[in-house]
Amino acid sequence: MPQPIDRDEVRRLVDGGAQLVEVLPANEYEEDHLPGAINMPLRKLEEEARTALDRSRPIVVYCWDSA
Amino acid sequence: MYDYEDGKLDWLAAGLPSEGTNAERPRAGDVARKDVPTCLLDERLGDVRDRVREAGWDACVVVNEERVVFGLLRSQELEANPDLGIEGAMRPGPSTFRPFVSIEEMAAFMIEHDLDSSPITTSDGRLVGLLRRQDAAKAALELHEKEHGSHGGRT
Repeated sequence: MPQPIDRDEVRRLVDGGAQLVEVLPANEYEEDHLPGAINMPLRKLEEEARTALDRSRPIVVYCWDSA
Repeated sequence: MYDYEDGKLDWLAAGLPSEGTNAERPRAGDVARKDVPTCLLDERLGDVRDRVREAGWDACVVVNEERVVFGLLRSQELEANPDLGIEGAMRPGPSTFRPFVSIEEMAAFMIEHDLDSSPITTSDGRLVGLLRRQDAAKAALELHEKEHGSHGGRT
């Protein structure tokens, strides 16, 4: 299970080289995303994560909010 | 694997930078004046009014030590009895808006609701700045002209 983290922890992890992944649809990602984030819409996450992400670095995923 | 549970909404509401097509367009947090005077609840109105006027302002945001917004002193509140405490003089609990709201949306809302100024705050209520209606309207008009061209010329 992914470990829940807050905004400060996101910044700390990203500063340390973590990969940021937005799982919202592409149009929402194109409008606004966190600096340096890549887009992997939830439906494609499993298939794309294997090839696009570096398993040796931490991965932070996010969507719009906690709802 | 980590889950940023509060997500993009939390990030944008904190006024942090973002990338994407919207990042190029001005938002409430970009246009809000960061130099707005602030005061604390336990100050005397007369002292605050002098300070606000010396700074060339006609409004002041009431905050606590963590810059969480409690109220607003507009020109009419600043004119009250100078011996009043701020808590008794302020307009409490003003509507606040998050920094990521588009400037067109803010301008339309402020004109429709006749708001002269609106505090812009993070999601935990901390002051980012004060958005003046004329600043919001000017920025929205400039954006419109940039994106759609000026229609000022007549034939």
